[in-house]
Parts: sequence; C-alpha cells; structure tokens
Amino acid sequence: MNRAKIITFIIEKFFWICALLSLLALLLILGFLLKEGLPPLFSIGFGDFLLGTSWKPLEDTFGIFPMIAATAAATAGGILLGGFVGLFTALFLAEVASPKLARLIRPLIQLLAGIPSVVFGFFGLVLIVPWISNHLGGPGNSLLATILILSVMILPTLASISETALRAVPQEYREGSLALGASPMETLFKVTLPAAKSGIIAAFVLGVGRAVGETMAVVLVCGNRPQIPKSLLDPIRPLTSTIAMEMSYSTGTHQQALFAIGVVLLVFIVALNLCVNYILKGRKDV
Amino acid sequence: MKRKLTEKILMTLLWLCTLGTVAALFLILGYVLIQGLPHISLRFLTTSYAPGLGLEGIWAMIIGTLLLMGLTLVIAVPAGIFAAIYLSEYAKPSRFLSVLRFSIECLAGIPSILYGLFGFTFFVVFLKLQFSLISGALTLAIMILPLLIRTTEEALQSVPVSFREGSLALGANQLVTLFRIVLPSAIPGILTAVILSMGRIIGETAAVYYTAGTVPQVPLTASESTRSLAVHLYFLAKEGLDQGQAFASATILIIIIAALNLAAQGTANILNRRLTGK
Repeated sequence: MNRAKIITFIIEKFFWICALLSLLALLLILGFLLKEGLPPLFSIGFGDFLLGTSWKPLEDTFGIFPMIAATAAATAGGILLGGFVGLFTALFLAEVASPKLARLIRPLIQLLAGIPSVVFGFFGLVLIVPWISNHLGGPGNSLLATILILSVMILPTLASISETALRAVPQEYREGSLALGASPMETLFKVTLPAAKSGIIAAFVLGVGRAVGETMAVVLVCGNRPQIPKSLLDPIRPLTSTIAMEMSYSTGTHQQALFAIGVVLLVFIVALNLCVNYILKGRKDV
Repeated sequence: MKRKLTEKILMTLLWLCTLGTVAALFLILGYVLIQGLPHISLRFLTTSYAPGLGLEGIWAMIIGTLLLMGLTLVIAVPAGIFAAIYLSEYAKPSRFLSVLRFSIECLAGIPSILYGLFGFTFFVVFLKLQFSLISGALTLAIMILPLLIRTTEEALQSVPVSFREGSLALGANQLVTLFRIVLPSAIPGILTAVILSMGRIIGETAAVYYTAGTVPQVPLTASESTRSLAVHLYFLAKEGLDQGQAFASATILIIIIAALNLAAQGTANILNRRLTGK
C-alpha cells in the first residue's frame, strides 16, 4: 500500500470511530444509570417502588406511584391540548396557508421551539400560576398549570414534524380526490391526513417523550406535592421534578432511589423510541 | 348545507389553532420583554453576583455560559461533523448502521434531566472531575451530538450528486471530492447545525445544574464550577426573591435565542440559494 492509500484508510476509519461515539455514549449512559438505579430497585422491590403510594425519604419509604400518575396526567393533558393545536397548525401551514403566510409563520414556530424550558417555567410561574389561583381557585401551582405549559412546549415539535409528514404526501393523492368531486376540506381530512398518518403518529409519540422528560419548566409550576391528582387544580409532582427537586441534597438510599426514577424514565424513553422506529419502518403509506 | 357548515367550522379551527400558536409565542415574548427590559442596565450586565454585598449583576453567568458553550462546541462539533460524514458519504445499509441510527435517535430523545444524572454520576463522581466547566461541557457535548449529526447530515445530503460525480469524473478520489467539493458546498448547513447547538447549550438547565454546578463565578480553569445564565434564572425563579432580576435574565436569554434563530435561518437560506443556484 502506498502512503496516500494508508492516509485515506486512516481518515475513513476516523470517520467511522466518530460515528461510533453516539453508540458508545448511549451505552455509557445506559450502563451508568442502570448501575446506580437498578440495585435500589431490587432492594426496595419493583412492586413497592412502582406501585407504592407514599414517598417519604426520611422514613426510607420510596413509592413513586403518585409521581407516575402525575406524569401520566400531565402528559395526557399536554398531548391532547398541544397535539390538537399543533396538528391543526401543521394542517394549516401545509395545506391551507398561502406559501407567503406559511413562510412568515414557520420561523415563529421555530422560535417557540427554541425558547429555553426554564423561560417557559418562569413565564408559567409569574403569569399562569397566579391567574389560575385568582380565577379558578387553589394554590395555582397545579396539574392545570403543568398541562398548559407542557402543551405550549410540545406544540412546535408536533407542528413541524406533522407538517413535514403532510408535505411528503404526493400531490396526485390530492388531485385525485379533488377530481372525484371532493371539496378541499374533505380532501384534507379524508385523504391527505390519513396518508400522512404514520409520520403524524410518530410526531405524537415524540411529543409524549418530550412531555414525560420535561423538567425545568414543570418543576416551577407543578406545586411539588407527591399526591395522586384528583382535580386539575391539585398540586402535583411528576417523576422528573422529583429528581430535580431532591437531587441537590439527597444522599445514600434516597439518592439511589432518585437514580431508580431515572431508570424508569430511561426505560420508558427507549421503549417510546422503539415504537417510533417501528411505526416509521412499518409505514405503508407515502 | 350541513356539509358547508362543517367545512366552515373546520376552517375556522385551522385558523384559530395557528393564531393560538403565534399568540402564545407573542404572549410569552411580550410579557417577559416588557417586564424585563427596564431592569437591564450596563451595571446589571457587567457586575458580579454577590447579593450579600448588594451586587446583583450577571457578568459571571454570561462569561460562564460563553465558556461552557465554547468548550462544548470544541468537543462536539468535530465529532458530530465527522460522524455525519461517515453516515452520509460512507455508510452502507447494514444492521450495524440501523443500530447506529437508532442510538442517535435515542440520544436525541433522552430527557435533559437524565443527562444531568448521567453527567453527575459519570463525569463528576466516577471520573472525579467535580462540578466543573469540563464536566458540564462533556455532558452537553453528548447531548447536542444528535442535533449536530442530523443537521450536518441533511446539509451534506442536500449537495447534489452531480457535484460529486463531476469531481470523481475529473479523476479526484472520494476523499478529495469530500474535502474540496462536498464540505465547502455544505458549510452554510454545517453552520446552521452549530448555531442550533449553541441555542440548545445556552437554554439548557437541568443537565448543567448537576454537572457544571451553581457557583456564580467566572471559572479560571476548566475544573472550576460555574453557573450558566439559564441555571441562574432557575435559581431566581425558584427563590422568588427578586422578580426584576429574573425577568431581566429571562429577557437576555430570549434575546440571545432569537438572535441565534435568525442567524440559523440566514445560514440555511444561504445553503438553499447556493445549491439551487438562485
């Protein structure tokens, strides 16, 4: 082999190693979170940990069911509200708006996506929380405040991924439908939307991931009381907030239990990604 | 008649939802900026933070954030670009490639608080790097890697095949084609990737909190702790002591993010224009 060939070989291997870094990083993250979080899961017991309803670190009682319930309720609310508005925004931008109007609005949605989560949290804390407290009652820091903030935060992700999926639907679908006498609105909801189904479902699944994982915005508005929410105005404490609130002062078993929460979150996120992979791979449409 | 009514309702909903999205953005920006701008002064920007001494400036946080961002980019940008080159120019469909792509998707989906936990247990405790600039930067580097790789890969793939074919036909090998033709054409796209990453770094809170720490000082070495502007805002919001400072810090964050967004759109437009020849 001459020198040029050797250099080429080395450079190409170097590219490969850089690509491999992502896989290594993921394995490292999985390894270290499991190393810290699995032992307490076994010592506390999976059932007691996941289904236990009381979280009292001082008494060594670690049950995260209230937090799972809080995360589930907040995510469901956020996805319903943010998903609906986001999907309709995507439909508007992809199919209804003039190209000029869409070009005007799209950067605004990107800006919304770029706003740091702590700014969302701060905004919620100074405007939404007092508003809820004054007009609807309760402390203000509540499931409702969390849902409102989460829905605005996941909206841009949902809107932009859904829009991409809608734009990928071939023009012939729309033309065929219109030629058969369907109105533009029927075409949009009965032809284009179903054709973009798998991309849109993937967007929703990713949105769920974001809502479940969101921390700094939620911790400022949720109220931080580990209880199963019974009404929209109850203060709650999702899984991520628990880690964020207690990590800075926890030690020993308490800290390990926080890592165990991290493992629960991680398993959920990886499972969600597998779902997205499956949905996008199995897509027959488009 | 009924069909027309349904159509009208749907049309109204489409408009309302889009207007709602835009309104939410303007409400947040407007509210924070109106409350925050009056509190911003040269003194606020350039003094250090020592509330006991009456000093409430964000100088240390600004410098800390910039250093954290610089160090993160130095670590992540080369790795991200080279990884994207491999994925876009060299990788052939295989099981290994799908595993690689899946791991990138997973990294992108991991919540920042988990990056914080990982950074804490691995960099801060296991590698004994303490709460420091370098712990923060290494954690953030992994976090922004997926964004860098994906955006760069898109930029590389938007370079027309004819560019590559022309170069290869003239006798250049693949590597020369890559460095002389493909990468130069894709530079605005790569710049977009870097600018978007800057936004993520500056806005990140949870992952920085547990790795770079919270000490409001200008770090003199990479092994000293610092407090980023976003973490500072979190503290101010949580303590609820001085809303003026919190609004002002939030305003600075928003201004930086908006500027970066504009810059990213600018570079993306340049790429488009260059590749379509318009």
